[in-house]
Amino acid sequence: MSSEYLLTLIVFLPALWALPLLAFDGKAADAIRYFGLLGTALTFGLTLQLLMQYDLTPAPEQLHNGMQFYFSVPWIENWNVNYSLGVDGISLPLVLLTGLVSLLAMIASWSIEKHLKGYVILFLILETGMLGVFLSLDFFLFYVFWEVMLLPMYFLIGVWGGPRREYAAIKFFLYTLAGGVLMLIAMLMLYFSSGNSFDLLHLAEVGQGLGKGFAFSKEFQITAFLLLFIGFAIKLPSFPFHTWLPDAHVEAPTPISMILAGVLLKMGGYGIIRIAFPICPLGAQYCAYGMVALGVFSIIYGAFAALAQTDFKRLVAYSSVSHMGYVLLGLAVWKVGEKAGDPNLHYWRMGVNAAMFQMIAHGISSTGMFFVVGILYDRVHHRDLNKFGGIAGLMPHYTGLAAGIFFAGLGLPGLCGFIGEIFSVLSCWSFDKTLAIIAASGVILTAGYILWTVQRVYFGPAYKGPHGEALVPLLGREQFVAYVLLFFAIGLGVFPNLLFQYMDPSVKTLVDNLDASVHPQIIETATTLVP
Amino acid sequence: MFQALFTSLLQETTQRSLWLAGPELALTAGIVLLLLGRLLGFDKLIPPHWIALAGAMAAFGLSLAIFYSANSTDPTAADEYFGVYFSGLMTFDKFGALVRLFLLLFLVFVLALTVLSGIPDAEDGPDFYTLLLGAVVGMLLMCSANNLLMVFLGIEMASVPSYAMAGFLKGRKQGSEAALKFVVFGAGAAGVMLYGISLLAGMLGTGDFQEIGLRLTVLFGNADGTLSDPVRAATIRTLLLALVMIFVGFAFKLSIVPFHFWTPDVFQGAPAEVGGFLSVASKAAAFALLTRLVLAIMSAGTASLQDLYLILGIAVGVIAAVTATFGNLAAYSQTNMKRMLAYSTIAHAGYMLMAIAAMMVLQSGRIGGDTSLAERSSHAVEGLLYYLAVYLFMNLGAFSITALIRNEIFSEEIEDYRGLGYQAPVLCVGMGLCLFSLVGLPPLGGFVGKLMIFASLLDAGYVHWSMWVILAIGGLNTVLSLFYYLNVLKTMYLTERPAGATTVTFPAWSSAGLYVMLVTVPIIVLGVHVQLVSNAARRAAEVLFLQ
Repeated sequence: MSSEYLLTLIVFLPALWALPLLAFDGKAADAIRYFGLLGTALTFGLTLQLLMQYDLTPAPEQLHNGMQFYFSVPWIENWNVNYSLGVDGISLPLVLLTGLVSLLAMIASWSIEKHLKGYVILFLILETGMLGVFLSLDFFLFYVFWEVMLLPMYFLIGVWGGPRREYAAIKFFLYTLAGGVLMLIAMLMLYFSSGNSFDLLHLAEVGQGLGKGFAFSKEFQITAFLLLFIGFAIKLPSFPFHTWLPDAHVEAPTPISMILAGVLLKMGGYGIIRIAFPICPLGAQYCAYGMVALGVFSIIYGAFAALAQTDFKRLVAYSSVSHMGYVLLGLAVWKVGEKAGDPNLHYWRMGVNAAMFQMIAHGISSTGMFFVVGILYDRVHHRDLNKFGGIAGLMPHYTGLAAGIFFAGLGLPGLCGFIGEIFSVLSCWSFDKTLAIIAASGVILTAGYILWTVQRVYFGPAYKGPHGEALVPLLGREQFVAYVLLFFAIGLGVFPNLLFQYMDPSVKTLVDNLDASVHPQIIETATTLVP
Repeated sequence: MFQALFTSLLQETTQRSLWLAGPELALTAGIVLLLLGRLLGFDKLIPPHWIALAGAMAAFGLSLAIFYSANSTDPTAADEYFGVYFSGLMTFDKFGALVRLFLLLFLVFVLALTVLSGIPDAEDGPDFYTLLLGAVVGMLLMCSANNLLMVFLGIEMASVPSYAMAGFLKGRKQGSEAALKFVVFGAGAAGVMLYGISLLAGMLGTGDFQEIGLRLTVLFGNADGTLSDPVRAATIRTLLLALVMIFVGFAFKLSIVPFHFWTPDVFQGAPAEVGGFLSVASKAAAFALLTRLVLAIMSAGTASLQDLYLILGIAVGVIAAVTATFGNLAAYSQTNMKRMLAYSTIAHAGYMLMAIAAMMVLQSGRIGGDTSLAERSSHAVEGLLYYLAVYLFMNLGAFSITALIRNEIFSEEIEDYRGLGYQAPVLCVGMGLCLFSLVGLPPLGGFVGKLMIFASLLDAGYVHWSMWVILAIGGLNTVLSLFYYLNVLKTMYLTERPAGATTVTFPAWSSAGLYVMLVTVPIIVLGVHVQLVSNAARRAAEVLFLQ
């Protein structure tokens, strides 16, 4: 399939799939569910097709600034806005993850009864927004997709959520919109200083001092970087912008929690690596230490907060804050050496790879954790950790799967969580030893809260909490989702190169370009043309 | 001598002016027919709304023809085709043609709404439509005014019928109170404005927009005299006073803080149809006129006025920021849908005024010698025009859905909308689109309009940094506004319909349902297919800056 059609179809298939749903009778629940499932399955199939066509060793003429399948058609000519899509080793794994998590979340949505038709329609629109964010290479387009996700998410949390859903939904919306406005201002700043362009690849060239006739001064880059970073850090979420996350997660229905944790949080990390870093390398370099410190603090803070929770879902939510700290840590360990090609660069490359891997790994493990919690909640209708215990005796099969997924989250060697954590901490060692030690000690806290949780929920005396009779063994579809997630958790843990082979070439190019661009001799020759 | 003058006047009037004033004449014909219908009794045979609709359609068709001929006319032939008519009182350009098109399209939509929602009833029909059409004639004059006299005439012609329409629900105390408040405020503002106009006209000895700039240059252009010269300072003070007083009149029409007090009461007391009409049409016309007036004054190319213009631009920006912030904050606590929309109207007037501020600041820089600023300030006007185009649909949509819901549940309290989303999906999804577009979320038209205005503000910031502060406040306001718009949707969707509430059945495939789709679909189209209107807006804006 030609690249234009394939990428466009991946992005818009879910939304188009939602159109015929309008004609469905709202009472035909199973028909709606199967139809929605088919839509997400087809989309996942298309992302697999993208993986097949993706070339690991592309010829130079296939590439457009490192992008494969790149194409661009004018959208709003007066404003120089283009509809440009493309994929590289950084976005490809995230696109696949989105396809997979959406499919699994749709299967997990079988228990949704209320206003099912509206639910599936919003779900599919949400999927279009997510895929669009990962594939678009025009800032305007990116922003449109970024904001498009807000509406369905608001209603998915607000209508189908738990008791405090209204509060959680509006909080999520306000936080993300506030970040979006900052991003918008940064976008306009870049637009006016780059010869009226929204093209992310062109902006990156200008930011790296290769723009023909345009350049961003250091102060300009720092301002733009901070605006962009706050916008993305809210989504990531990093301390101190994380407070929307526990509320949204706790109140959202299980499938939406899976999407939130599995995909939406990754957009923050993706935005930093795709937009903030390449366009404002001087700003990124300037803020590097602060970002690493913030990442390390998020790791520790999230872990301590998780230790203190009594609500099972809230605990998993705080574990996300902690785990996404590794992403920020890995991305930011950028130490400029004395000369170009300094060995330090390898550590940074390792860190960025680790951050990318951690995003995927967290996408698998936290999706799984939320699903596992959801299974229990569907049965006993509470999430109080103090009332659990002894589930292992009643649901041994489930307990086995759950333990596997939790250990993946813990970062046990051989499971996917380990790779991202260990490499980001290792890469930090050359950046700042103190911070590396603190980050490494976070692993102990993580082990602490996860083991303690597993112990409190699954082991111990027989379950005496409410609705004990409802603890029936797993249904077929529940087994399917859990097994798929566990399969990926083990697979990526044992063969991390499955992912690294896609990521590393793109990461290497990015790291080399950025490092070359901030190197002093280049800074001197770059003219500052900011009006 | 007299004969020649008369012949040339006759020639100009019959060959040019009457054709260009066609839309106004068509509306006037409609008004005459409506009044004659009462008199001769044929209003029983032909319902008045058909007469009004026919007049509006004819006017719309004419303005469309004029618009197309204006846009297809060879720019080199511009001198014969564009320019002043009615011996200099009015002017014709692409800008005026576009805004007139907006206004008449809007009029057709409003008339269709009144037919659907049944306000006014058959008895009051001719009166109501006479007032409505009369107000629009005034607004059309405002769009093409080229003389200070026409500024006042246009504004008053648009305002006086509005006062009567605000109190149209005669039995309701609230409506009468609103109308009275409106009249008193309006009269006061008009008086102040008239004083300002006479000061300006007296000082310059002309009311003609083309002349104003030249006379100002003569008055202040003497390079060796500085502004600190006492005589000159007195002249500056007079000029400033005149401009501020004229601005008061505009601020009243645009419901700019602190001249907004009438807005919430009038919008709550008047029927939603009238509210929708006032909030969009009078704003569009007033912004068009304000743009023209500001540009006429700022066309003085003398450097000694540059600082004054810059300060005025910043002042307008500050007022805009205060207006937007006030509107958004005050909208929070509202429980009545129309009152909430009234405050939202105030906030949006603030956003649109930001475009004017950006234009003024950019223009002041142009006087300083940077010629690229002409194009950049034309982008501010383009943004304003785009915003108005989207605003037409999104605000009309919000008000008309409010009216349609009122016809179903007999209430305009947000509280009573609980759970409505599941009983009347077309109305509530339509409302959702309108409100999200008002927030400025992509991919809806409101986002594009807001983006264009923000872009101009950012650009103007390169002339003076204060525009960046205004931009930041504008961005903050977007976040603030989310809360109360979302509150409506929260009530519609996130709460269940209480037991005992009226069950609403609103079929999608009815004329009202189709109307809702017709109003809301353009919001999406304007957000996705931006070229459609932005090209016309850009051409319209550019002609204002040809020197």
